[in-house]
Amino acid sequence: MSRRKVDKTFKISSIKDLPCGTYGKAMQLTETMEGWRNEAPIIDEKTCSLCNWCYLVCPEGVIYQEDKKMKIDYRFCKGCGICAKECRKKCIIMEREEK
Amino acid sequence: MEPTKKFVSGDEAVAIGVKLAKPHVIAAYPITPQTIVVERLAEMVESGELESEYMYVESEHSALAAVMGASVLGARTFTATSSQGLLYMAEVLHYASGGRVPLVMMNANRSVALPWSIFGDQRDSLSLLDSGWIQVYVEDAQESLDMMLQAYAIAEHPDVLTPVMVNLDGFILTHTYECIEIPTSEQVETFLPKFEFANKMDINEPKNLFFSSSPEHNIGFKYQQHKAIENAKSVIEEIDKKYEAVTTRGYGGLVDAYKCDDADYIIITLGSITGLVRDVVEELRSEGQKVGVLKVRYMRPFPDEEIRAYTKAAKVIGVLEKDISFGYQGTVFTNVSAALRECDVQLINYVAGLGGKNIAREEIVHIYKELNDTENKSKVSAVKSQAVRFVGVEVPKDED
Repeated sequence: MSRRKVDKTFKISSIKDLPCGTYGKAMQLTETMEGWRNEAPIIDEKTCSLCNWCYLVCPEGVIYQEDKKMKIDYRFCKGCGICAKECRKKCIIMEREEK
Repeated sequence: MEPTKKFVSGDEAVAIGVKLAKPHVIAAYPITPQTIVVERLAEMVESGELESEYMYVESEHSALAAVMGASVLGARTFTATSSQGLLYMAEVLHYASGGRVPLVMMNANRSVALPWSIFGDQRDSLSLLDSGWIQVYVEDAQESLDMMLQAYAIAEHPDVLTPVMVNLDGFILTHTYECIEIPTSEQVETFLPKFEFANKMDINEPKNLFFSSSPEHNIGFKYQQHKAIENAKSVIEEIDKKYEAVTTRGYGGLVDAYKCDDADYIIITLGSITGLVRDVVEELRSEGQKVGVLKVRYMRPFPDEEIRAYTKAAKVIGVLEKDISFGYQGTVFTNVSAALRECDVQLINYVAGLGGKNIAREEIVHIYKELNDTENKSKVSAVKSQAVRFVGVEVPKDED
């Protein structure tokens, strides 16, 4: 699965750079969300059975399967903990992150 | 083909104008005195006379949201409301103008509760003057039809892209029958070409619609909105000229002045009351009195320059309006005062017709007499004359 790229070059220098009204390109990501997080979900690969439930319940769509592993796009994970709460095998823990 | 004539009410004239603009989607919730507009349109859709998607919605809030959604898919749309319904839409009004969605809406000016009233005044739309919509007030059924077509041309103009609200005085205009001329479809096609919305949602080119904005840039969007409505000033005149070239009917843009050039005393009006005031002006002119009437057609953009230009000769001006911003003045008066703040002219605010109260010919004659008397009074009493005067309300002497 291809993960979204962040357009770091996106910049609004003057009013002329603003669109006429609130219309932009879809999926134009200009910033990441890791700063929202206090705790990060960590998946224990050994216990994980690749059921993909966390992929389904993640409200941000940042969990995905790749090379027979569940991975998390930590750039956009806000640390809500829904995946950890929902995991039936209890293989996701929330780990405190120091700023 | 020649234009046809028909005897219709103001509401029916609106429906005919909308039909000629061929909207793809109509969503509305019925409310007196707007109901006939949406009834006629529903009949036209039902009979196949108008090919349009007519959406039944559960509220005015939903009606405006529905046409806003349809509009960003590239549809030309229509909705109509009045009074409580307009106020229920208030949140979405800001959404539509901020999103620069070129909507057209008819509003039947009606009083707002309490006391409950279905009759006319202009407190509904004037209380939403700051919602970022262009507001036009029409005087008769013909202008109602014509302004529906002009409204689409204004809203969809690339330099404007701002929703337009066309206001008709409840009952006095919405339910009064007049003979109107209906433009031919060829004339309408010449005047109002098919609209292509540059920002329209496209499955092959998906968009992020109606996003949020950081405090840093939000004000920039607001600046653009302000500039767009200022741009509308010249666009409104340009479109009116184009309409006149096609149909022979023009309305003069932001204001309509009658015998103002040399007038000592001018009444500034909004909406259908202008007809009566114009009759009184003719009567008083025949007696040799130098009086005039200046009709404000657009409240946003506000015709400040035009008001200054047409009142140059005036000594005393009365602003007659069916509105009051409680605790201060009528909103039309506040706007006119700001436009004339550096001019040497006296202003009096006449609040009349609230909740559908009739404004009589004698009351207009009396206002012109008061304007005349005010000029001859001393400065002290002139200051007192700044107070808001409620026309037709018996005020006890000790309160005056």
